[in-house]
Amino acid sequence: MFRFLLRRLLHGLIVLWVVATVTFGLLRVLPGGPFDRDRRLPPEVMANIEAKYHLDEPLLRQYGRYVTGILRGDLGPSYKYIDRNVGDIILDTLPTSTVLGLLALLAALSLSFPLGVAAASHHNRWIDRACVFLATVGISLPNFVLGAVLIWIFSLQLGWFQAARWGSPGSAVLPAITLGAMPCAQLTYLLRSSLLETLGEDFIRTARAKGVRESLVLFKHAVRNSLIPVLTLLGPLLAILVAGSFVVEFVFAIPGMGRFFITAVTDRDYPLIMGVTLVYTAILVGANLLVDILYSVVDPRMRAH
Amino acid sequence: MRNIRWLRQFGGELRRNPAFLLSFAFILAVTLAGFFAPALSPYPPGGFEEQRMLEGPSRDHWLGTDELGRDLFTRILYGARVSIMVGLGTALIALMIGTLYGLISGYVGGALDNLLMRIVDIFYGLPDLLIFVLLSLFLGRNIAGVLIALGVITWVRFARITRGQVLQTKELIYVEGARAMGAAHWRILLRHILPNILAPILVTLTFSIPAAILSESTLSFIGLGINDPYSEWGTSWGTLTQDGWRAMRSYPHLIFFPALAIFLTILSFNFLGNGLRDILDPKAR
Repeated sequence: MFRFLLRRLLHGLIVLWVVATVTFGLLRVLPGGPFDRDRRLPPEVMANIEAKYHLDEPLLRQYGRYVTGILRGDLGPSYKYIDRNVGDIILDTLPTSTVLGLLALLAALSLSFPLGVAAASHHNRWIDRACVFLATVGISLPNFVLGAVLIWIFSLQLGWFQAARWGSPGSAVLPAITLGAMPCAQLTYLLRSSLLETLGEDFIRTARAKGVRESLVLFKHAVRNSLIPVLTLLGPLLAILVAGSFVVEFVFAIPGMGRFFITAVTDRDYPLIMGVTLVYTAILVGANLLVDILYSVVDPRMRAH
Repeated sequence: MRNIRWLRQFGGELRRNPAFLLSFAFILAVTLAGFFAPALSPYPPGGFEEQRMLEGPSRDHWLGTDELGRDLFTRILYGARVSIMVGLGTALIALMIGTLYGLISGYVGGALDNLLMRIVDIFYGLPDLLIFVLLSLFLGRNIAGVLIALGVITWVRFARITRGQVLQTKELIYVEGARAMGAAHWRILLRHILPNILAPILVTLTFSIPAAILSESTLSFIGLGINDPYSEWGTSWGTLTQDGWRAMRSYPHLIFFPALAIFLTILSFNFLGNGLRDILDPKAR
Protein backbone atom coordinates (compact mmCIF):
# COMPACT_ATOMS: atom_id res chain seq x y z
CA MET A 1 0.00 0.00 0.00
CA PHE A 2 2.68 2.46 1.09
CA ARG A 3 4.99 1.46 -1.74
CA PHE A 4 2.15 1.78 -4.20
CA LEU A 5 1.44 5.35 -3.10
CA LEU A 6 5.11 6.21 -3.12
CA ARG A 7 5.36 5.02 -6.69
CA ARG A 8 2.34 7.07 -7.71
CA LEU A 9 3.82 10.12 -6.00
CA LEU A 10 7.09 9.66 -7.83
CA HIS A 11 5.21 9.29 -11.08
CA GLY A 12 3.36 12.54 -10.39
CA LEU A 13 6.61 14.36 -9.74
CA ILE A 14 8.01 13.08 -13.04
CA VAL A 15 4.94 14.40 -14.86
CA LEU A 16 5.45 17.81 -13.25
CA TRP A 17 9.11 17.85 -14.21
CA VAL A 18 8.33 16.86 -17.80
CA VAL A 19 5.72 19.59 -18.09
CA ALA A 20 8.02 22.21 -16.58
CA THR A 21 10.83 21.26 -18.94
CA VAL A 22 8.70 21.02 -22.06
CA THR A 23 6.97 24.36 -21.49
CA PHE A 24 10.30 25.97 -20.78
CA GLY A 25 11.79 24.50 -23.95
CA LEU A 26 8.80 25.33 -26.15
CA LEU A 27 8.62 28.94 -25.03
CA ARG A 28 12.37 29.52 -25.37
CA VAL A 29 12.59 28.30 -28.97
CA LEU A 30 9.52 30.29 -30.01
CA PRO A 31 10.27 32.98 -32.56
CA GLY A 32 9.63 36.48 -31.28
CA GLY A 33 9.79 37.56 -27.67
CA PRO A 34 7.53 39.28 -25.20
CA PHE A 35 9.35 42.57 -25.64
CA ASP A 36 8.98 42.80 -29.42
CA ARG A 37 7.03 45.92 -30.23
CA ASP A 38 5.97 47.48 -33.49
CA ARG A 39 8.59 50.11 -32.91
CA ARG A 40 11.90 48.53 -32.04
CA LEU A 41 13.31 49.48 -28.67
CA PRO A 42 16.82 50.99 -28.59
CA PRO A 43 19.42 48.21 -28.19
CA GLU A 44 20.57 49.57 -24.81
CA VAL A 45 17.02 49.34 -23.44
CA MET A 46 16.64 45.83 -24.83
CA ALA A 47 19.93 44.82 -23.20
CA ASN A 48 18.73 46.22 -19.87
CA ILE A 49 15.45 44.36 -20.08
CA GLU A 50 17.18 41.14 -20.98
CA ALA A 51 19.62 41.56 -18.12
CA LYS A 52 16.77 42.21 -15.68
CA TYR A 53 14.99 39.00 -16.63
CA HIS A 54 18.23 37.04 -17.08
CA LEU A 55 17.41 36.45 -20.74
CA ASP A 56 21.04 37.15 -21.70
CA GLU A 57 22.32 34.11 -19.83
CA PRO A 58 22.95 30.75 -21.50
CA LEU A 59 19.84 28.58 -21.83
CA LEU A 60 21.02 25.94 -19.39
CA ARG A 61 21.65 28.56 -16.74
CA GLN A 62 18.15 30.01 -17.29
CA TYR A 63 16.69 26.53 -16.99
CA GLY A 64 18.58 25.92 -13.76
CA ARG A 65 17.36 29.23 -12.37
CA TYR A 66 13.80 28.35 -13.37
CA VAL A 67 13.84 24.87 -11.81
CA THR A 68 15.44 25.98 -8.53
CA GLY A 69 12.92 28.82 -8.45
CA ILE A 70 10.06 26.34 -8.68
CA LEU A 71 11.55 24.26 -5.88
CA ARG A 72 11.64 27.35 -3.69
CA GLY A 73 8.06 28.15 -4.71
CA ASP A 74 9.12 31.14 -6.79
CA LEU A 75 7.67 31.18 -10.28
CA GLY A 76 9.46 34.32 -11.36
CA PRO A 77 8.35 37.83 -12.29
CA SER A 78 5.55 38.50 -14.77
CA TYR A 79 6.66 40.21 -17.98
CA LYS A 80 3.39 42.02 -18.41
CA TYR A 81 2.39 43.07 -14.91
CA ILE A 82 5.69 44.72 -14.10
CA ASP A 83 5.48 44.90 -10.32
CA ARG A 84 3.91 41.48 -9.71
CA ASN A 85 5.21 37.97 -9.36
CA VAL A 86 3.59 35.06 -11.14
CA GLY A 87 3.08 33.45 -7.76
CA ASP A 88 1.11 36.47 -6.50
CA ILE A 89 -1.11 36.52 -9.57
CA ILE A 90 -1.85 32.82 -9.18
CA LEU A 91 -2.57 33.19 -5.46
CA ASP A 92 -4.95 36.02 -6.29
CA THR A 93 -6.83 34.21 -9.03
CA LEU A 94 -6.75 30.55 -8.01
CA PRO A 95 -9.37 30.86 -5.23
CA THR A 96 -11.90 32.29 -7.69
CA SER A 97 -11.31 29.44 -10.12
CA THR A 98 -11.50 26.91 -7.32
CA VAL A 99 -14.82 28.23 -6.04
CA LEU A 100 -16.25 28.15 -9.55
CA GLY A 101 -14.96 24.61 -10.13
CA LEU A 102 -16.36 23.30 -6.84
CA LEU A 103 -19.77 24.87 -7.47
CA ALA A 104 -19.82 23.30 -10.92
CA LEU A 105 -18.83 19.91 -9.51
CA LEU A 106 -21.54 20.19 -6.88
CA ALA A 107 -24.14 21.03 -9.53
CA ALA A 108 -22.95 18.14 -11.69
CA LEU A 109 -23.02 15.60 -8.86
CA SER A 110 -26.41 16.59 -7.52
CA LEU A 111 -28.06 16.39 -10.93
CA SER A 112 -26.26 13.39 -12.43
CA PHE A 113 -26.93 11.12 -9.49
CA PRO A 114 -30.76 11.05 -9.75
CA LEU A 115 -30.56 11.02 -13.56
CA GLY A 116 -28.19 8.06 -13.65
CA VAL A 117 -30.16 6.06 -11.07
CA ALA A 118 -33.48 6.83 -12.76
CA ALA A 119 -32.11 5.78 -16.13
CA ALA A 120 -30.62 2.49 -14.94
CA SER A 121 -33.64 1.49 -12.87
CA HIS A 122 -35.92 2.07 -15.86
CA HIS A 123 -33.61 0.42 -18.38
CA ASN A 124 -34.78 0.79 -22.00
CA ARG A 125 -37.95 2.59 -20.99
CA TRP A 126 -38.70 6.17 -21.91
CA ILE A 127 -37.10 7.63 -18.75
CA ASP A 128 -33.87 5.85 -19.66
CA ARG A 129 -34.03 7.05 -23.26
CA ALA A 130 -34.70 10.62 -22.14
CA CYS A 131 -31.75 10.56 -19.73
CA VAL A 132 -29.39 9.16 -22.35
CA PHE A 133 -30.59 11.73 -24.84
CA LEU A 134 -30.08 14.52 -22.31
CA ALA A 135 -26.59 13.26 -21.49
CA THR A 136 -25.66 13.09 -25.18
CA VAL A 137 -26.86 16.67 -25.64
CA GLY A 138 -24.83 17.59 -22.56
CA ILE A 139 -21.54 16.25 -23.87
CA SER A 140 -22.19 17.80 -27.29
CA LEU A 141 -22.82 21.31 -26.02
CA PRO A 142 -19.61 23.36 -26.00
CA ASN A 143 -19.19 25.53 -22.90
CA PHE A 144 -19.18 28.73 -24.85
CA VAL A 145 -22.39 27.85 -26.69
CA LEU A 146 -24.21 26.93 -23.48
CA GLY A 147 -22.86 30.03 -21.75
CA ALA A 148 -24.00 32.28 -24.57
CA VAL A 149 -27.45 30.69 -24.62
CA LEU A 150 -27.85 31.07 -20.84
CA ILE A 151 -26.70 34.69 -20.92
CA TRP A 152 -29.03 35.47 -23.77
CA ILE A 153 -32.06 33.94 -22.06
CA PHE A 154 -31.51 34.76 -18.38
CA SER A 155 -29.50 37.97 -18.55
CA LEU A 156 -30.54 39.72 -21.72
CA GLN A 157 -34.15 38.59 -22.11
CA LEU A 158 -35.39 37.84 -18.60
CA GLY A 159 -32.94 40.02 -16.70
CA TRP A 160 -32.69 37.56 -13.80
CA PHE A 161 -28.91 37.63 -13.53
CA GLN A 162 -26.43 40.30 -14.43
CA ALA A 163 -23.98 39.15 -17.06
CA ALA A 164 -20.29 39.64 -16.47
CA ARG A 165 -20.60 40.94 -12.89
CA TRP A 166 -18.62 38.45 -10.86
CA GLY A 167 -19.25 39.00 -7.16
CA SER A 168 -22.76 40.36 -7.41
CA PRO A 169 -25.43 38.15 -5.82
CA GLY A 170 -26.32 35.15 -7.95
CA SER A 171 -23.46 35.85 -10.30
CA ALA A 172 -22.09 32.33 -9.87
CA VAL A 173 -25.29 30.57 -10.92
CA LEU A 174 -24.96 30.73 -14.70
CA PRO A 175 -21.19 30.08 -14.80
CA ALA A 176 -21.53 27.08 -12.47
CA ILE A 177 -24.29 25.58 -14.62
CA THR A 178 -22.30 26.20 -17.78
CA LEU A 179 -19.17 24.62 -16.37
CA GLY A 180 -21.01 21.74 -14.71
CA ALA A 181 -23.05 20.61 -17.71
CA MET A 182 -20.39 18.51 -19.38
CA PRO A 183 -19.17 16.69 -16.22
CA CYS A 184 -22.82 16.12 -15.33
CA ALA A 185 -23.48 14.42 -18.65
CA GLN A 186 -20.35 12.27 -18.32
CA LEU A 187 -21.25 11.24 -14.78
CA THR A 188 -24.80 10.36 -15.78
CA TYR A 189 -23.52 8.08 -18.54
CA LEU A 190 -21.02 6.39 -16.30
CA LEU A 191 -23.32 5.93 -13.34
CA ARG A 192 -26.00 4.48 -15.59
CA SER A 193 -23.77 1.91 -17.24
CA SER A 194 -22.05 1.00 -13.98
CA LEU A 195 -25.39 0.56 -12.24
CA LEU A 196 -26.76 -1.52 -15.11
CA GLU A 197 -23.81 -3.85 -14.82
CA THR A 198 -24.24 -4.21 -11.05
CA LEU A 199 -27.97 -4.83 -11.37
CA GLY A 200 -27.22 -7.84 -13.56
CA GLU A 201 -25.10 -9.55 -10.92
CA ASP A 202 -25.99 -12.57 -8.87
CA PHE A 203 -26.10 -10.93 -5.45
CA ILE A 204 -28.81 -8.58 -6.68
CA ARG A 205 -30.88 -11.54 -7.83
CA THR A 206 -30.33 -13.16 -4.45
CA ALA A 207 -31.45 -10.02 -2.66
CA ARG A 208 -34.58 -9.86 -4.78
CA ALA A 209 -35.23 -13.56 -4.25
CA LYS A 210 -35.02 -13.02 -0.51
CA GLY A 211 -37.82 -10.50 -0.94
CA VAL A 212 -35.84 -7.34 -0.20
CA ARG A 213 -37.77 -4.26 -1.18
CA GLU A 214 -36.83 -2.97 -4.65
CA SER A 215 -35.88 0.47 -3.32
CA LEU A 216 -33.50 -1.15 -0.84
CA VAL A 217 -32.02 -3.36 -3.53
CA LEU A 218 -31.45 -0.33 -5.69
CA PHE A 219 -29.99 2.09 -3.18
CA LYS A 220 -28.38 -0.14 -0.60
CA HIS A 221 -27.11 -3.04 -2.69
CA ALA A 222 -26.65 -1.72 -6.21
CA VAL A 223 -25.79 1.98 -6.02
CA ARG A 224 -23.06 1.50 -3.42
CA ASN A 225 -21.32 -1.07 -5.55
CA SER A 226 -21.60 1.08 -8.66
CA LEU A 227 -19.77 4.04 -7.21
CA ILE A 228 -16.27 2.62 -7.58
CA PRO A 229 -15.98 3.16 -11.35
CA VAL A 230 -17.34 6.66 -10.82
CA LEU A 231 -14.31 7.39 -8.64
CA THR A 232 -11.95 6.72 -11.52
CA LEU A 233 -13.67 9.42 -13.55
CA LEU A 234 -12.78 12.02 -10.93
CA GLY A 235 -9.36 12.65 -12.48
CA PRO A 236 -10.57 13.14 -16.08
CA LEU A 237 -13.52 15.09 -14.70
CA LEU A 238 -11.20 17.59 -13.10
CA ALA A 239 -9.37 17.93 -16.39
CA ILE A 240 -12.68 18.77 -18.06
CA LEU A 241 -13.41 21.33 -15.35
CA VAL A 242 -10.00 22.92 -15.76
CA ALA A 243 -10.34 23.14 -19.53
CA GLY A 244 -13.88 24.44 -19.21
CA SER A 245 -12.91 27.06 -16.67
CA PHE A 246 -10.84 28.92 -19.30
CA VAL A 247 -13.84 29.33 -21.51
CA VAL A 248 -16.37 29.99 -18.78
CA GLU A 249 -14.14 32.60 -17.12
CA PHE A 250 -13.70 34.18 -20.53
CA VAL A 251 -17.41 34.18 -21.37
CA PHE A 252 -18.59 35.43 -17.98
CA ALA A 253 -15.64 37.79 -17.43
CA ILE A 254 -14.61 36.10 -14.17
CA PRO A 255 -11.19 37.15 -12.81
CA GLY A 256 -9.88 33.58 -12.42
CA MET A 257 -6.70 31.84 -13.43
CA GLY A 258 -8.02 30.65 -16.77
CA ARG A 259 -8.74 34.14 -17.98
CA PHE A 260 -5.27 35.24 -16.93
CA PHE A 261 -3.85 32.34 -18.91
CA ILE A 262 -5.63 33.48 -22.07
CA THR A 263 -4.37 37.04 -21.76
CA ALA A 264 -0.92 35.73 -20.85
CA VAL A 265 -0.81 33.80 -24.12
CA THR A 266 -1.82 36.81 -26.20
CA ASP A 267 0.66 38.98 -24.27
CA ARG A 268 3.40 36.35 -24.53
CA ASP A 269 3.91 36.65 -20.81
CA TYR A 270 6.04 33.48 -20.70
CA PRO A 271 6.61 33.14 -16.94
CA LEU A 272 2.88 33.50 -16.34
CA ILE A 273 2.07 30.89 -19.01
CA MET A 274 4.57 28.46 -17.50
CA GLY A 275 3.36 29.14 -13.97
CA VAL A 276 -0.31 28.58 -14.75
CA THR A 277 0.45 25.44 -16.76
CA LEU A 278 2.46 24.07 -13.87
CA VAL A 279 -0.22 24.83 -11.30
CA TYR A 280 -2.93 23.18 -13.39
CA THR A 281 -0.74 20.14 -13.93
CA ALA A 282 -0.06 19.96 -10.20
CA ILE A 283 -3.81 20.07 -9.52
CA LEU A 284 -4.45 17.22 -11.96
CA VAL A 285 -1.57 15.16 -10.59
CA GLY A 286 -2.82 15.73 -7.06
CA ALA A 287 -6.35 14.73 -8.02
CA ASN A 288 -5.15 11.53 -9.64
CA LEU A 289 -3.14 10.71 -6.53
CA LEU A 290 -6.20 11.32 -4.39
CA VAL A 291 -8.23 9.01 -6.62
CA ASP A 292 -5.58 6.30 -6.21
CA ILE A 293 -5.73 6.64 -2.44
CA LEU A 294 -9.54 6.65 -2.31
CA TYR A 295 -9.61 3.70 -4.64
CA SER A 296 -7.38 1.57 -2.49
CA VAL A 297 -9.42 2.54 0.58
CA VAL A 298 -12.73 1.67 -1.05
CA ASP A 299 -11.61 -1.42 -2.93
CA PRO A 300 -9.02 -3.55 -1.09
CA ARG A 301 -8.34 -5.56 -4.24
CA MET A 302 -6.55 -2.53 -5.66
CA ARG A 303 -3.87 -2.56 -2.97
CA ALA A 304 -2.34 -5.68 -4.39
CA HIS A 305 -1.31 -3.88 -7.58
CA MET B 1 -17.60 -11.76 -44.41
CA ARG B 2 -17.35 -9.75 -41.22
CA ASN B 3 -17.44 -6.54 -43.18
CA ILE B 4 -20.64 -7.53 -44.92
CA ARG B 5 -22.23 -8.35 -41.60
CA TRP B 6 -21.23 -4.96 -40.23
CA LEU B 7 -22.69 -3.25 -43.26
CA ARG B 8 -25.95 -5.10 -42.89
CA GLN B 9 -26.13 -4.24 -39.19
CA PHE B 10 -25.31 -0.66 -40.05
CA GLY B 11 -28.26 -0.61 -42.46
CA GLY B 12 -30.50 -2.20 -39.84
CA GLU B 13 -29.50 0.35 -37.24
CA LEU B 14 -30.19 3.14 -39.73
CA ARG B 15 -33.75 1.90 -40.15
CA ARG B 16 -34.39 1.17 -36.48
CA ASN B 17 -32.82 4.17 -34.82
CA PRO B 18 -34.12 7.55 -36.03
CA ALA B 19 -31.46 9.56 -34.16
CA PHE B 20 -28.76 7.48 -35.85
CA LEU B 21 -30.32 8.00 -39.28
CA LEU B 22 -30.74 11.76 -38.78
CA SER B 23 -27.18 12.13 -37.47
CA PHE B 24 -25.75 10.17 -40.35
CA ALA B 25 -27.68 12.31 -42.84
CA PHE B 26 -26.64 15.53 -41.13
CA ILE B 27 -22.95 14.62 -41.09
CA LEU B 28 -23.14 13.65 -44.74
CA ALA B 29 -24.82 16.98 -45.53
CA VAL B 30 -22.22 19.01 -43.59
CA THR B 31 -19.35 17.17 -45.24
CA LEU B 32 -20.79 17.67 -48.72
CA ALA B 33 -21.62 21.30 -47.92
CA GLY B 34 -18.00 21.93 -46.98
CA PHE B 35 -16.70 20.07 -49.99
CA PHE B 36 -18.96 21.79 -52.50
CA ALA B 37 -19.09 25.15 -50.71
CA PRO B 38 -17.94 27.12 -53.80
CA ALA B 39 -20.76 25.66 -55.88
CA LEU B 40 -23.44 25.80 -53.19
CA SER B 41 -22.88 29.17 -51.58
CA PRO B 42 -24.94 32.03 -52.98
CA TYR B 43 -22.11 34.56 -52.56
CA PRO B 44 -18.31 34.52 -53.00
CA PRO B 45 -16.47 33.71 -49.74
CA GLY B 46 -14.77 37.08 -49.27
CA GLY B 47 -17.53 39.13 -50.87
CA PHE B 48 -19.15 41.88 -48.86
CA GLU B 49 -21.85 44.44 -49.54
CA GLU B 50 -21.31 47.72 -47.75
CA GLN B 51 -24.96 48.70 -47.99
CA ARG B 52 -26.19 45.54 -46.32
CA MET B 53 -24.34 45.25 -43.03
CA LEU B 54 -25.74 43.45 -39.96
CA GLU B 55 -29.02 42.46 -41.55
CA GLY B 56 -31.19 39.77 -40.06
CA PRO B 57 -32.19 36.68 -42.03
CA SER B 58 -33.98 37.57 -45.26
CA ARG B 59 -34.73 36.10 -48.67
CA ASP B 60 -31.41 37.38 -50.11
CA HIS B 61 -29.34 36.46 -47.09
CA TRP B 62 -30.88 33.36 -45.51
CA LEU B 63 -28.99 33.69 -42.26
CA GLY B 64 -28.31 37.44 -42.42
CA THR B 65 -25.06 39.37 -42.85
CA ASP B 66 -22.21 40.36 -40.53
CA GLU B 67 -20.64 43.71 -39.71
CA LEU B 68 -18.81 43.83 -43.06
CA GLY B 69 -21.90 42.83 -45.02
CA ARG B 70 -20.68 39.27 -45.58
CA ASP B 71 -23.33 36.60 -46.08
CA LEU B 72 -23.49 34.42 -42.95
CA PHE B 73 -24.82 31.34 -44.75
CA THR B 74 -21.82 31.43 -47.09
CA ARG B 75 -19.43 31.80 -44.18
CA ILE B 76 -21.01 28.85 -42.36
CA LEU B 77 -20.81 26.67 -45.46
CA TYR B 78 -17.11 27.44 -45.87
CA GLY B 79 -16.59 27.00 -42.13
CA ALA B 80 -17.87 23.43 -42.39
CA ARG B 81 -14.61 22.62 -44.21
CA VAL B 82 -12.56 23.67 -41.21
CA SER B 83 -14.57 21.61 -38.73
CA ILE B 84 -14.74 18.47 -40.87
CA MET B 85 -11.08 18.74 -41.80
CA VAL B 86 -10.00 19.20 -38.18
CA GLY B 87 -12.27 16.42 -36.95
CA LEU B 88 -11.35 13.80 -39.53
CA GLY B 89 -7.70 14.87 -39.77
CA THR B 90 -7.08 14.72 -36.04
CA ALA B 91 -8.84 11.38 -35.73
CA LEU B 92 -6.78 9.88 -38.57
CA ILE B 93 -3.45 11.19 -37.29
CA ALA B 94 -4.22 9.93 -33.80
CA LEU B 95 -5.45 6.62 -35.20
CA MET B 96 -2.23 5.96 -37.09
CA ILE B 97 0.16 6.92 -34.31
CA GLY B 98 -1.86 5.49 -31.44
CA THR B 99 -2.79 2.18 -33.04
CA LEU B 100 0.75 1.43 -34.15
CA TYR B 101 2.03 2.36 -30.69
CA GLY B 102 -0.56 0.21 -28.95
CA LEU B 103 0.04 -2.75 -31.28
CA ILE B 104 3.76 -2.73 -30.60
CA SER B 105 3.38 -2.11 -26.88
CA GLY B 106 0.83 -4.85 -26.38
CA TYR B 107 2.42 -7.39 -28.68
CA VAL B 108 6.02 -7.07 -27.54
CA GLY B 109 5.08 -6.72 -23.87
CA GLY B 110 7.59 -6.88 -21.03
CA ALA B 111 9.88 -3.99 -20.25
CA LEU B 112 9.14 -2.15 -23.48
CA ASP B 113 5.41 -2.29 -22.80
CA ASN B 114 6.04 -0.95 -19.32
CA LEU B 115 8.09 1.96 -20.61
CA LEU B 116 5.69 2.82 -23.44
CA MET B 117 2.70 2.78 -21.12
CA ARG B 118 4.48 5.02 -18.61
CA ILE B 119 4.82 7.57 -21.42
CA VAL B 120 1.12 7.23 -22.18
CA ASP B 121 0.36 7.75 -18.48
CA ILE B 122 2.33 10.98 -18.53
CA PHE B 123 0.30 12.22 -21.50
CA TYR B 124 -2.89 11.30 -19.66
CA GLY B 125 -1.85 13.35 -16.66
CA LEU B 126 -1.47 16.54 -18.68
CA PRO B 127 -4.03 19.29 -18.97
CA ASP B 128 -5.03 18.80 -22.63
CA LEU B 129 -6.14 22.28 -23.43
CA LEU B 130 -3.05 23.96 -22.03
CA ILE B 131 -0.73 21.66 -23.93
CA PHE B 132 -2.78 22.32 -27.02
CA VAL B 133 -2.42 26.08 -26.59
CA LEU B 134 1.33 25.83 -26.01
CA LEU B 135 1.79 23.60 -29.04
CA SER B 136 -0.24 25.80 -31.30
CA LEU B 137 1.78 28.82 -30.16
CA PHE B 138 4.72 26.87 -31.43
CA LEU B 139 3.19 25.36 -34.56
CA GLY B 140 1.21 28.40 -35.63
CA ARG B 141 -2.48 29.21 -35.58
CA ASN B 142 -3.42 27.52 -38.82
CA ILE B 143 -5.16 24.28 -39.71
CA ALA B 144 -1.96 22.24 -40.02
CA GLY B 145 -0.71 23.42 -36.64
CA VAL B 146 -4.03 22.71 -34.96
CA LEU B 147 -4.21 19.26 -36.57
CA ILE B 148 -0.79 18.28 -35.27
CA ALA B 149 -1.41 19.74 -31.81
CA LEU B 150 -4.76 17.94 -31.47
CA GLY B 151 -3.24 14.72 -32.83
CA VAL B 152 -0.54 14.87 -30.17
CA ILE B 153 -3.23 15.03 -27.49
CA THR B 154 -5.58 12.44 -28.97
CA TRP B 155 -3.30 9.56 -29.93
CA VAL B 156 -3.00 8.21 -26.38
CA ARG B 157 -6.65 7.14 -26.41
CA PHE B 158 -5.97 4.85 -29.37
CA ALA B 159 -2.75 3.58 -27.81
CA ARG B 160 -4.53 2.52 -24.64
CA ILE B 161 -7.50 0.88 -26.34
CA THR B 162 -5.35 -0.95 -28.88
CA ARG B 163 -2.87 -2.21 -26.32
CA GLY B 164 -5.60 -3.55 -24.07
CA GLN B 165 -7.22 -5.36 -26.97
CA VAL B 166 -3.93 -6.80 -28.20
CA LEU B 167 -3.17 -8.15 -24.74
CA GLN B 168 -6.49 -10.00 -24.73
CA THR B 169 -6.25 -11.23 -28.31
CA LYS B 170 -2.67 -12.41 -28.49
CA GLU B 171 -3.32 -15.22 -26.00
CA LEU B 172 -6.15 -16.68 -28.05
CA ILE B 173 -5.78 -20.15 -29.53
CA TYR B 174 -5.82 -19.15 -33.18
CA VAL B 175 -3.04 -16.63 -32.67
CA GLU B 176 -1.02 -19.28 -30.88
CA GLY B 177 -1.74 -21.57 -33.80
CA ALA B 178 -0.45 -19.04 -36.27
CA ARG B 179 2.67 -18.61 -34.18
CA ALA B 180 3.17 -22.36 -33.96
CA MET B 181 3.01 -22.59 -37.74
CA GLY B 182 5.85 -20.13 -37.94
CA ALA B 183 4.03 -16.99 -39.11
CA ALA B 184 6.11 -13.83 -39.01
CA HIS B 185 5.36 -11.31 -36.24
CA TRP B 186 4.11 -8.62 -38.60
CA ARG B 187 1.83 -11.17 -40.24
CA ILE B 188 0.35 -12.23 -36.93
CA LEU B 189 -0.17 -8.60 -35.98
CA LEU B 190 -1.71 -7.40 -39.23
CA ARG B 191 -3.59 -10.50 -40.38
CA HIS B 192 -4.65 -12.16 -37.16
CA ILE B 193 -4.79 -9.58 -34.40
CA LEU B 194 -5.63 -6.25 -36.02
CA PRO B 195 -8.77 -7.36 -37.90
CA ASN B 196 -10.21 -8.74 -34.69
CA ILE B 197 -9.73 -5.61 -32.65
CA LEU B 198 -11.05 -3.17 -35.25
CA ALA B 199 -14.45 -2.68 -33.61
CA PRO B 200 -13.34 -0.82 -30.45
CA ILE B 201 -10.82 1.17 -32.48
CA LEU B 202 -13.57 2.24 -34.86
CA VAL B 203 -15.74 3.37 -31.95
CA THR B 204 -12.84 5.35 -30.49
CA LEU B 205 -12.29 6.89 -33.92
CA THR B 206 -15.90 8.01 -34.15
CA PHE B 207 -15.85 9.62 -30.72
CA SER B 208 -12.54 11.38 -31.26
CA ILE B 209 -13.94 13.33 -34.23
CA PRO B 210 -16.46 15.38 -32.22
CA ALA B 211 -13.91 15.80 -29.43
CA ALA B 212 -11.50 17.39 -31.90
CA ILE B 213 -14.19 19.62 -33.38
CA LEU B 214 -15.15 20.70 -29.86
CA SER B 215 -11.57 21.56 -28.91
CA GLU B 216 -10.86 23.44 -32.11
CA SER B 217 -14.03 25.54 -32.02
CA THR B 218 -13.57 26.28 -28.32
CA LEU B 219 -10.02 27.49 -28.83
CA SER B 220 -10.94 29.48 -31.89
CA PHE B 221 -13.72 31.05 -29.84
CA ILE B 222 -11.34 32.29 -27.14
CA GLY B 223 -8.94 33.45 -29.83
CA LEU B 224 -6.24 30.81 -29.35
CA GLY B 225 -7.19 28.43 -32.15
CA ILE B 226 -7.15 28.94 -35.89
CA ASN B 227 -6.67 32.60 -36.60
CA ASP B 228 -7.76 33.62 -40.09
CA PRO B 229 -11.03 35.57 -40.01
CA TYR B 230 -10.58 36.75 -43.60
CA SER B 231 -9.66 33.39 -45.09
CA GLU B 232 -11.19 32.65 -48.49
CA TRP B 233 -10.84 28.93 -47.79
CA GLY B 234 -13.00 28.95 -44.72
CA THR B 235 -13.23 30.50 -41.26
CA SER B 236 -13.66 28.33 -38.18
CA TRP B 237 -17.17 28.19 -36.72
CA GLY B 238 -15.57 29.04 -33.38
CA THR B 239 -14.27 32.31 -34.82
CA LEU B 240 -17.69 33.06 -36.33
CA THR B 241 -19.28 32.44 -32.93
CA GLN B 242 -16.77 34.80 -31.34
CA ASP B 243 -17.69 37.48 -33.92
CA GLY B 244 -21.33 36.97 -33.06
CA TRP B 245 -20.62 36.93 -29.31
CA ARG B 246 -19.37 40.48 -29.39
CA ALA B 247 -22.59 41.65 -31.07
CA MET B 248 -24.95 39.30 -29.24
CA ARG B 249 -27.04 41.98 -27.53
CA SER B 250 -28.10 43.67 -30.74
CA TYR B 251 -27.64 41.02 -33.42
CA PRO B 252 -28.32 37.59 -31.90
CA HIS B 253 -28.53 35.89 -35.31
CA LEU B 254 -24.76 36.32 -35.74
CA ILE B 255 -24.04 34.01 -32.82
CA PHE B 256 -27.09 31.79 -33.08
CA PHE B 257 -26.39 30.13 -36.42
CA PRO B 258 -22.67 29.33 -36.07
CA ALA B 259 -23.25 28.06 -32.53
CA LEU B 260 -26.12 25.89 -33.76
CA ALA B 261 -23.92 24.49 -36.53
CA ILE B 262 -21.20 23.50 -34.03
CA PHE B 263 -23.69 21.96 -31.61
CA LEU B 264 -25.58 19.94 -34.23
CA THR B 265 -22.40 18.64 -35.83
CA ILE B 266 -20.90 17.48 -32.53
CA LEU B 267 -24.26 16.03 -31.44
CA SER B 268 -24.57 14.08 -34.69
CA PHE B 269 -21.11 12.56 -34.35
CA ASN B 270 -21.88 11.54 -30.77
CA PHE B 271 -25.15 9.90 -31.80
CA LEU B 272 -23.30 8.15 -34.61
CA GLY B 273 -20.73 6.90 -32.11
CA ASN B 274 -23.45 5.64 -29.75
CA GLY B 275 -25.16 3.80 -32.60
CA LEU B 276 -21.91 2.25 -33.81
CA ARG B 277 -21.09 1.07 -30.32
CA ASP B 278 -24.49 -0.59 -30.08
CA ILE B 279 -23.82 -2.44 -33.33
CA LEU B 280 -20.23 -3.42 -32.65
CA ASP B 281 -20.50 -4.15 -28.95
CA PRO B 282 -23.95 -5.54 -28.18
CA LYS B 283 -23.04 -5.89 -24.50
CA ALA B 284 -22.95 -2.13 -24.06
CA ARG B 285 -26.57 -1.74 -25.09
